[in-house]
Amino acid sequence: MTTDTKRRIFLKGSVAAGMLGVAAGAGLLIPQAVLAAWPEKAFHAKKLDAAIKALMGSSDMTASGDIKIKAPDIAENGAVVPVTVKTDMPDVSTIAIVASENNTPLVASFDLGKNALGFVSTRIKMGKTGDVIALVKAGGKIYSAKKSVKVTIGGCGG
Amino acid sequence: MAKKSIKIRAKTKGGITTVKALMTHPMETGFRKDKKTGKKIPAHFIQEVVCKWKDDVVLSANWGGAVSKNPYLSFKFKGGEKGDPIELSWVDNKGMSASKSVKIR
Repeated sequence: MTTDTKRRIFLKGSVAAGMLGVAAGAGLLIPQAVLAAWPEKAFHAKKLDAAIKALMGSSDMTASGDIKIKAPDIAENGAVVPVTVKTDMPDVSTIAIVASENNTPLVASFDLGKNALGFVSTRIKMGKTGDVIALVKAGGKIYSAKKSVKVTIGGCGG
Repeated sequence: MAKKSIKIRAKTKGGITTVKALMTHPMETGFRKDKKTGKKIPAHFIQEVVCKWKDDVVLSANWGGAVSKNPYLSFKFKGGEKGDPIELSWVDNKGMSASKSVKIR
């Protein structure tokens, strides 16, 4: 663990130093879309329903078999849980990944452009055993699917 | 560091382009405590990621601190030809940002 702590400090230091140079040009580098408001309320919500409502405007969702979640049954390390969400539904506008038992359940949301396929893959942290829930907004409706993941070492605590 | 903070690859096959990206970022949730001092480590994570194909935004993501350290992201989109530019950029909660552009292979 000590090496890990050192590594973190090192990472932080070098990131900070490297960023100074970028800061000056940042105004030019940020595309317009990046400036859209980050949904702070949704990410800070501690309850699942509140988070979904803040993100998608409603927490009414329909369970769907057309959403496939690929995640391990047992995650040895809760800090790195690979999750892939796939759907063939038409008109998918948003895919969100939620970890039900996390301190703040909403992990990530992806807004798909018109060419994007219903597929995202990333790695998330899970505090403890719980469900990984995938939310798909398609044609204005919210669909969901879940998969339970057993976490042996949590990834959100100290 | 900033320039190397994104690794991105885009490959096209059968009219579908697959993009895979790795970003270097500590992704601190703000909930973790420093073991030595007992103080909370302040939150520091990527909030927004945008990926563009030529001038079209194909994917934009909002992230919380629960995305793993050194985040990995993969997605697919229709279209894209060899040589087309793909640009990925991120902004974190401290206002730092980075971007990188590659050509589809």
